[in-house]
Amino acid sequence: MNEIIKVDDLSFAYQGKLILKDIGFVVERDDFLGIIGPNGAGKSTLVKLLLKILTPSKGKIEILGEDIRSFSQWSKVGYVSQKANSFNGDFPATVEEIVGASLSAKTGVFKRKTKDHKNRVYEALEKVGMQDYGKKLIGKLSGGQQQRVFIAKVLVTDPDIMLLDEPTVGIDMKSEEAVYCLLAQLNEELGITIIMVTHDIAAITMHANKLICLSENGMRVHDVNNPITDETLSEVYGYNVRLHSHSCLNCKHNKKKEGAPC
Amino acid sequence: MLEIFQFEFMQNAFLVGTLIAVIIPLIGVVVVLKRLSPLGDALSHVSLAGVAAGLAFGLNPIFGALVFAVIAALSIERIRKSIPKYAEISTAIISSLGVGLAAIFSGFVKNANFNSFLFGSLVAVAPFELYMVIGLSIVVVLVMFFMRKALFYMVFDEESATLAGIPVKIVSMVFAVITAVAISISARVVGTLIVSSIMVLPVAVSMQISKSYKQITILSVLFSVLFVVAGLFLSYYLDLKPGGTIVITGVITLAIVFFMKRRR
Repeated sequence: MNEIIKVDDLSFAYQGKLILKDIGFVVERDDFLGIIGPNGAGKSTLVKLLLKILTPSKGKIEILGEDIRSFSQWSKVGYVSQKANSFNGDFPATVEEIVGASLSAKTGVFKRKTKDHKNRVYEALEKVGMQDYGKKLIGKLSGGQQQRVFIAKVLVTDPDIMLLDEPTVGIDMKSEEAVYCLLAQLNEELGITIIMVTHDIAAITMHANKLICLSENGMRVHDVNNPITDETLSEVYGYNVRLHSHSCLNCKHNKKKEGAPC
Repeated sequence: MLEIFQFEFMQNAFLVGTLIAVIIPLIGVVVVLKRLSPLGDALSHVSLAGVAAGLAFGLNPIFGALVFAVIAALSIERIRKSIPKYAEISTAIISSLGVGLAAIFSGFVKNANFNSFLFGSLVAVAPFELYMVIGLSIVVVLVMFFMRKALFYMVFDEESATLAGIPVKIVSMVFAVITAVAISISARVVGTLIVSSIMVLPVAVSMQISKSYKQITILSVLFSVLFVVAGLFLSYYLDLKPGGTIVITGVITLAIVFFMKRRR
């Protein structure tokens, strides 16, 4: 099955205000999908609908071929929020404890830890290059390192899909590029479908093979057949936007897909 | 044997005190890190109302505290859901109600030392209370051990915990009841006005020196036992109120740790 997520005729209203109207798109296995658009366009709302935190006013969402209303395999869907930005820096837990908690949630928080619990935690940390930081307090890490740990926290549950809501907010440019590169690597090497809300248009167009642009005028989908242009972006954001490519430091995974949307 | 342990009432006071010293910080770690410290105050105020009601109507005061505190904990959760944007109001409402009820019921208390429930007392812990405290302490420790992984995830990130399939509402409810139980059974030896300090002080000290959540939990219990045992000894030999002595021991320790940490 190639259709990982199918959204059909989706609308969402909050307190009488229509936030998303008649949205429809398909996310296929191995896609790296970027969701962009101005503030208030409904990007985070769309992610919350995909996570079943919110319920649609109209329309249908299917995940892994199953209606979201009856979908139960949530351990296959990982979510990374803006936590590194809004995170309580004094929280007294180690990296190992935090990633371990996520694994325990998958294997059962009321059950005993499995024998390979620690190994799996460190395997996930190794995938994000944080295996040497297991004993460090999460609050002592930089924003970029914290966000890598939060990605490991999702990876440890072996997800098929990762949803990320502006994961690079509040971290410096070099760390931001490292996070994008890491996600592209996970997408390419582990086949994890990535869905990412972001404001960094230059970076996302470099890594994603599909873009959803949300604005008050509705939704547009861009891919290799329908590449995004400065004119489209200017229309979506309501002011002149010119796309400049990022320099992606030491990243082999940018523009890896033939279907790059620009 | 030390002179202090020749008396059965002192043996009972130490046994009950040590059990309380173990269970209260187990709850305190979650309460402090979830920034719910006023919860301890609110439940202890309601416990006091339960003590007063028990004394006024000829029931066991600790049993009265237990019933009142459990009802209060469940009410706090209920009010919190009704006004999610100002959830902390629920704690303030129940705290005020507790003080109000305690003031009214205390007017009906005759021939009983109501003050001893405010600041703790070493005098006779009734056999019924002793068995109740032992039994309930075992229940609290077992439930906290069983829920430890769920609580850690919820304290760290409740939204992610919900998405990960942890039954957040049920765990929160059980935790509120367990907190109420622990606070109410502390009323006799430690005192209702002091118990919320024991919930916070050992955790505050441990947070200064720990390198993980697990360490904080273990050290909090050890510091709490140290404060309670030292406080009970001092209160016996210096003829002071045990609850007050326990808290002062804790505050002095916290000050020393702060001072040493700043010098490093």
